[in-house]
Amino acid sequence: MSDILLSVENLSRNFGGIQAVRNVNFTLAEGEIVGLIGPNGAGKTTLVNLITGVFPASSGSVFFRGEDVTRQRPFQAARRGIARTFQIVQPFPAMTVLENVTAGSLFAGAASSRAQAEAEAMAHLEFVGLGADARRPAASLTLPSRKRLELAKSLAMKPRVLMLDEVNAGLNTSEIDQALALIRAIAARGITIILIEHLMKVVLSLSQRILVLHHGELISSGDPQDVVKDPKVIEAYLGSRFAERQKQLAGAAS
Amino acid sequence: MKQRTGLILFLLWVLVLAAMPWMASNYAVKIATFLAMYGTLALSWNFIGGYTGYPSFATAAFVGLGAYTGAIAQNAGWMLPAAWLAGAIVTATFAALLGLVILRMKGHYFAIGSIAIVEVLSLVASSWSGMTGGGEGLNVKFLPGGPEYIGRVFLYTMLTLMVAAFIATVLVDRGRLGFGLRCIQQNEDAADMVGIDVTRYKIYAFVLSAVFCGAVGAAYASWVAYISPGDSFSILLTLKVPVMVLLGGPGTVFGPVLGSAAFVLMEETIWAKFLDYHQAILGLVIVLLIFFLPGGLLRLLSRKAAA
Amino acid sequence: MSALYAQTLANGLMLGALYACIAVGFSLVWGVLNVINMLHGSFIILGGYLAYFAWTHFQVPPFVSIFGVAALLYLLGYLIQYGLINRVIARPVLTTLTLTFGLDMILYNFMNLAFTATPRRVTLDLGRLEIAGVTLPMDRVWAMLLALAMTAMLFAVLRSSRIGRAIVAVRMDRDAAALMGVRVNKVYAVTFGLGALMAGACGALLSSVFPITTSVTGLFLGKAFVICVIGGLGTVPGALVGGLALGLVESFAGQWFGPVNAILAGFLLMLVLLVVRPTGLMGRKGYE
Repeated sequence: MSDILLSVENLSRNFGGIQAVRNVNFTLAEGEIVGLIGPNGAGKTTLVNLITGVFPASSGSVFFRGEDVTRQRPFQAARRGIARTFQIVQPFPAMTVLENVTAGSLFAGAASSRAQAEAEAMAHLEFVGLGADARRPAASLTLPSRKRLELAKSLAMKPRVLMLDEVNAGLNTSEIDQALALIRAIAARGITIILIEHLMKVVLSLSQRILVLHHGELISSGDPQDVVKDPKVIEAYLGSRFAERQKQLAGAAS
Repeated sequence: MKQRTGLILFLLWVLVLAAMPWMASNYAVKIATFLAMYGTLALSWNFIGGYTGYPSFATAAFVGLGAYTGAIAQNAGWMLPAAWLAGAIVTATFAALLGLVILRMKGHYFAIGSIAIVEVLSLVASSWSGMTGGGEGLNVKFLPGGPEYIGRVFLYTMLTLMVAAFIATVLVDRGRLGFGLRCIQQNEDAADMVGIDVTRYKIYAFVLSAVFCGAVGAAYASWVAYISPGDSFSILLTLKVPVMVLLGGPGTVFGPVLGSAAFVLMEETIWAKFLDYHQAILGLVIVLLIFFLPGGLLRLLSRKAAA
Repeated sequence: MSALYAQTLANGLMLGALYACIAVGFSLVWGVLNVINMLHGSFIILGGYLAYFAWTHFQVPPFVSIFGVAALLYLLGYLIQYGLINRVIARPVLTTLTLTFGLDMILYNFMNLAFTATPRRVTLDLGRLEIAGVTLPMDRVWAMLLALAMTAMLFAVLRSSRIGRAIVAVRMDRDAAALMGVRVNKVYAVTFGLGALMAGACGALLSSVFPITTSVTGLFLGKAFVICVIGGLGTVPGALVGGLALGLVESFAGQWFGPVNAILAGFLLMLVLLVVRPTGLMGRKGYE
């Protein structure tokens, strides 16, 4: 049994009157690929923000490698080895592609010098296939390339956990296939992955386990094939009436 | 411009200024002292305004605080270098504490807050007459020696400060701090996410932008032997220094020196020839700068060199 | 209520009304264009000088010349924005602030040459009002009433007129307004013109209450900053709250601690609010 890397206990966050995340509990073992799904507004990105310290939790705790990191700030999370990508990509626009990734190596990745950081950055850029674009300004990249830049930057941070927030948004089918291959290659390096996704094909093909979030609560978790048939999950995505019908049909068939 | 060429030019510039007492009149020595002084102030502002992108108007607060600290220390019998060091240290400490509060604000609010600090310190200096002589100002003990000797002392003091500020700039520019500050300027949240302790770095930049100003203020107080709230906490100074850096090229190693030199020399020429219109002309220069030189002179020169 | 307390309160309120008027234009420009207009103080003084010369040369009192002054300043503001500031409107804080600072230096120089820095004041002897032991000089009362009237008119314009609604829309969300067909550049120019108008008109009113001289342009600009932070950006109620707050703070602090410390108290209040509640007492989110 692999070690528990990340443990989230009774984590909650409210904004004014809105409970964005409500008593979420789950653990993440080293080497896993876990999918996090849920309808729009379910609180998936908020959960990631809580784990990385972007927002403080209203209650509950987060443990990373046994340490209580609930109150950590984003840069501390980064240095500990918790990295994440953004749905809306956030590069340093006027800096070159190489400099963007060097930032990851130099700070969170704890490279010993700028030269060392650049060398590592270059290697990561080659890995994601952006080697040729190293000297271009980050703002000049196309969307799929920007997503790869995000990935390279996150890898440069030497993460133990990588949270991918909708990496496939805005990509076409062939681009998605390339992204999948890349994610598998990253997992093969031993990095634990949380995959936030809307595309069921992606989630089902990659995840060993799935968590389902709805209105901030974890309504289901477990094996991918079981989760997608879970009536609560169906209800969350498609509405209670549809779920009722499914139940009736299943009942009539038996 | 290539780093090595720039470094050589800078060295030559320092030597030329240093040679003034033997090459030219007392007036030239005075101008050279101002060139070094504003060079230091510009290099200082560059840390917080150029690299980090936080529009600080606190320069006059630091200069004034250094001036009063130095003057009070000097009048209490301290030796000059000790008084100047006190000016630098007190100002740096003030900047660190102030930074904790004010660097949380962004953009316009930070700018306003920093100008407010200048006003507040000026008003405090006017009020606290027991310590600061109030609105009437403070006399500082004259340095013994003839005008030529004094001229040289302060020229070399300001030059030393400018070289120190320059060295600090080079080190920051090449190192982790400079890289981190640039990231912060581009996208502060992303910088945080990538592992940069944003608060700490901003405070470093702010303290760097203050420490040399404090020393300059203290030295200036000793030089002119009289300070008052109005000219120590000069709003005009605090607005001019960023313009100098914008003129030369913000966020670069050589931009502040180039910009401050160009500005001071221009101002002297205009003062001499068009006294009545000097403010309008300076205003016009600023307006032209904004419209036609967005990257400063440095970018213009490097584009010409590349062509 | 002691007479001294009441007098200080009354002074503070009268001052506050004038302050609100001088700040509302600055606040609008900052809130809508995201530009800190360093010319604002000079606009106020220009209005004051024009009113003064209307009085000394044509015997037109400020309460009448205010209309002409308003029109002239509106035109000046409109042209400056449309022709100059608009070219760099998208650039960062430092750039636009420095530009308006440069323009201000030009205006300041010309005002000094044209009018000289000698303090000028329109002295109208309109008598005093005595209510419950409190003395209210009539010229101040009229200035206050007119200032409030102008502010109210601006509020009505923003609320009900087409261009006013457009201005508010741009303030709330520039891109959305543009998508709805609002001509943002025109709105910017009109707003800046209105800002200059309010400044100049208030300057005209001030000429009967304070001595007008170019050396106080910075003083009024500083007050505008403080009022914006206290009250909140881009709204008339914000400027009113901020102006009254500053007027009262200065009046009471001046009474207890002396005039220099009165100004200090205003700045300290501003600094506290910048840290604690930068969006101001009226709480609308301004630009960063």
